[in-house]
Amino acid sequence: MSQTATHDTTPAVPAGVLGKRAGLLLGALALVGLVAVFAGARYGMLLAIGLGFGVALEGMRFGFAGPWRAMILRREPSGVIAQLLSIAVVAIVAIPLLASHPGELVGAQAPVGFAMIGGAFVFGACMQIVLGCGSGTLVNAGSGNPVSLLALPFFALGSFAGAWNLIWWTDLGALPIITFGGTSGLILTLVLIALAVGLFLWRAAPGTVKLSRRHAIAALVLAALAIGNLVVAGQPWGVVYGLGLWAAKGFSVLGGDLSASAFWSAPGSMERVQSSLLTDYTSLTNIGIIAGAFGVAAWRRGALSAALPGYPARAWVATVVAGFLLGYSSRLAFGCNVGAFFSGISTGSLHGWVWFVAAFCGAFYGIKLRPILGLEARS
Amino acid sequence: MTRALTASLSLAFLVALVGFDLATSDLNPYQAPAAFALGSGAVASGGFCGALPN
Repeated sequence: MSQTATHDTTPAVPAGVLGKRAGLLLGALALVGLVAVFAGARYGMLLAIGLGFGVALEGMRFGFAGPWRAMILRREPSGVIAQLLSIAVVAIVAIPLLASHPGELVGAQAPVGFAMIGGAFVFGACMQIVLGCGSGTLVNAGSGNPVSLLALPFFALGSFAGAWNLIWWTDLGALPIITFGGTSGLILTLVLIALAVGLFLWRAAPGTVKLSRRHAIAALVLAALAIGNLVVAGQPWGVVYGLGLWAAKGFSVLGGDLSASAFWSAPGSMERVQSSLLTDYTSLTNIGIIAGAFGVAAWRRGALSAALPGYPARAWVATVVAGFLLGYSSRLAFGCNVGAFFSGISTGSLHGWVWFVAAFCGAFYGIKLRPILGLEARS
Repeated sequence: MTRALTASLSLAFLVALVGFDLATSDLNPYQAPAAFALGSGAVASGGFCGALPN
């Protein structure tokens, strides 16, 4: 009997790094536990789901703006197809659940209208300018991207302002809410997703990876978390509402009068402004996404020691403007890439599809504007 | 400067946000909803970016 010597080539992890990682895990558990004890179990679980989103998106380097850019610039379809795969998996679970539990569960369903389409177009452009969408801005800020860190507070202010004027914009003209529900709605949604995948595969550059393993795994993890969000919160994963609520709360505490806004003075809005953010679902998942992305960056060896990039002044001005427009436009569009595109389509809302087309068109312009605004080297 | 600075600032932002929130509103776990909305029998009432004001 021969013996073969085996050599472990994995580099040893220093004790200090192990201690830091253990601290990160314990910190995350403590945060979830504290929120569950002092706010309620549902809120603790939503913070945990948000942490999961942050860890998955940053840990697997998955997102929305980057894959769209890869498809438009290099005709690499893997990331976009993974997004559609994730949406399809959620739809298979969510649309039947919404049909069997009306009231308990609600979808991300909103009307298609002029402002909605224009808002989605502007959002698609701005998410390419700063290379961060709704979820991406949170993830990037958490992992130390200075552009997203600056964009985030203006995103929140824009969301607050967009909601303030939402009724005026919607009154410009909108269809009734159109949804694809039940078995026929699910089949229609899956057929539309298959057609979209087919379109991207048709436009893919020869030799590109059609769906990478990393993207496929990320898509499934994201889908599981999104389904968890729906089951726990009773509503789909969203981002933008929570950001606007943060600004509304600050505005109110500083003495601002919300009664001038039809949106913020509505009883439901007022109640949420006066309640703790730790009982608001989208705030909890947003906080979790930032913290989860920070945790992954801190976990990775050397990730936080990377030098910050330098940008010209006009790039920072563009970041402030684009950040504000991300928030404002996403309120008019009834959601961002998460609330409208991901959750809208996966819960059978027509507006999710219209959002996708309008935002993808806007992305072409955002990609052209990014180098002009100094956010990347001009080619 | 490194990303450690900006990532720390994002964490500080979260701490400030939660601190500000806790200073201006109360938590009451005894009024918390059921752990899972699914099967709770309660109508969903959370704020969402797709919803018009109620």
